[in-house]
Amino acid sequence: MSFDADHLRRCARLARLALADDEIAPLEREIARMLDLVGELHHAALDAVEPMAHPLGLTLVPRPDAVTEGDAHEALLALAPETRLGLYLVPKVIE
Amino acid sequence: MSDALDQGLRACVKAAREDGQDVLAAEARRRAAAHGDLNAFIGLDTRTRARAAGAAPLSGVPFAQKDNFCTAGLRTTCASRMLGGFVPPYESAVGERLSAAGAVSIGKTNLDEFAMGSSNETSHYGPVRNPWDLTRVPGGSSGGSAAAVAAGIVPFATGSDTGGSVRQPAAFCGVTGLKPTYGRVSRWGLIAYASSLDCPGVLARSAEDCARVLGVIAGHDPRDATSAARPVEDYLAALDAPLAGLRIGVARPYFGAGVQAGVGAAVQAALAEYERLGARLVEIDLPHAHLAIPAYYVIAPAEASSNLARYDGVRFGHRCAHPRSLEDLYTRSRAEGFGAEVRRRILIGTFALSAGYYDAYYLSAQKARRLIASDFDAAFAQVDLIAGPTAPTTAFALGEKRADPLAMAAADVNTVAVNLAGLPALSIPAGLHAGLPVGLQLIAPAFAEARLLAAAHRFQQATDWHRRRPGDRP
Repeated sequence: MSFDADHLRRCARLARLALADDEIAPLEREIARMLDLVGELHHAALDAVEPMAHPLGLTLVPRPDAVTEGDAHEALLALAPETRLGLYLVPKVIE
Repeated sequence: MSDALDQGLRACVKAAREDGQDVLAAEARRRAAAHGDLNAFIGLDTRTRARAAGAAPLSGVPFAQKDNFCTAGLRTTCASRMLGGFVPPYESAVGERLSAAGAVSIGKTNLDEFAMGSSNETSHYGPVRNPWDLTRVPGGSSGGSAAAVAAGIVPFATGSDTGGSVRQPAAFCGVTGLKPTYGRVSRWGLIAYASSLDCPGVLARSAEDCARVLGVIAGHDPRDATSAARPVEDYLAALDAPLAGLRIGVARPYFGAGVQAGVGAAVQAALAEYERLGARLVEIDLPHAHLAIPAYYVIAPAEASSNLARYDGVRFGHRCAHPRSLEDLYTRSRAEGFGAEVRRRILIGTFALSAGYYDAYYLSAQKARRLIASDFDAAFAQVDLIAGPTAPTTAFALGEKRADPLAMAAADVNTVAVNLAGLPALSIPAGLHAGLPVGLQLIAPAFAEARLLAAAHRFQQATDWHRRRPGDRP
């Protein structure tokens, strides 16, 4: 396949990344080249191979349903760029 | 007394005991300031610390931390504009364990932005320079850590290795770099890039010093669900295991077309030294080695695109000015906060995971990953370790590969397979080519760090490549 500007705009939309118009052409070219590089995967005999998601083959580790950390409300809110009344501030979503 | 900094951890621990706990850290801070031209540090650690017991294993030993390890109350940037003002409320597991062992953090080292790069040139804070030649890159992404150790500022530094980010800069800067088995060291507080590949590691002067540090940072941590619940071996006690009879697999694909002749020759000479010391060299093949770069450059960006979704301009990190809507807040904050390489990898990863392309890219890469891991399993049925050049070239010039992501990816050709399979590996100085260090990579089966470190230590007892220093810099 060939990666084009429409693919790029769709991925940018999915990844919530604003793209300036003059970024489109160079990015499209660079990503197309990287996809050519990984295209070798399409020539490998992979049909019967079980995919590997993780090196250790770990299973999920259950933990007791217990509070392990204290109230970090203020410490975490202090990291936010904008807060008010102990809440994160975002632009209005519902008119 | 301050010469201890140049002699390794044993001398440092002794000096701190005899001359006081703060002496070496003060000297390390002085050296960090004197080496400002390297741009190895993003910030110095100015926190006051609780003093560890005098008998703690690294009491009074200064070290540097790659700036993707969270430091409580101290800015942690990941070399990104996105985290330019980020002050973590907690300390990484690695940082906690080192502090508890008495080591003194003196600063945060520069890296490729979010650890994405092989030259340290993607840092928002500018590239690190290689102490051996200031016109060359130190490698990446742990370039600041490698340069700080190579320049003699600190006797060891932490790094993280997702596709070679400890081993390749160790090779370029002439230091010893250890990437442990995935799960051996907790990732708690290491800012995530690609979670199934990321692994905390160590850069130091010798395998002995790596063993000393690994003994401190290794171990189970319930806060990291991928941390292995296995006992930690006594790596120092195992260092003197003899090389006689050790079977070293010489991996043909690692000496492929892109390997500089001088690099190949230095590595062959190192292997001949191993043979002289009693090891047996066995030619091996890794039939799917050619799939490692393609699989890595799908899996790492895919995981990155997911991990970096958390940077939304709301809870922490950069926020754009005057957002017009929630969507505008997300898209502009992310576009402004991330640099070009990070944005490119997020977009590639998003593409590889998107409907219609998932099977062709992400699933295929996961299948290739299985074949690569199986190659190693088959090889380790015949040999005890696998050897080859860490990187195909010595340190390249600043700017040389900056504009060409493909050329940059080629720098990782011998290291990424190890992360895909989750194995431990290290790079040791094995010679010089045109005045620049060459690294030998040794790879071991999962959790065989003791064997790996012993083999490197034996080589370092018989040779002095790891004692070579860049020029006559102070």
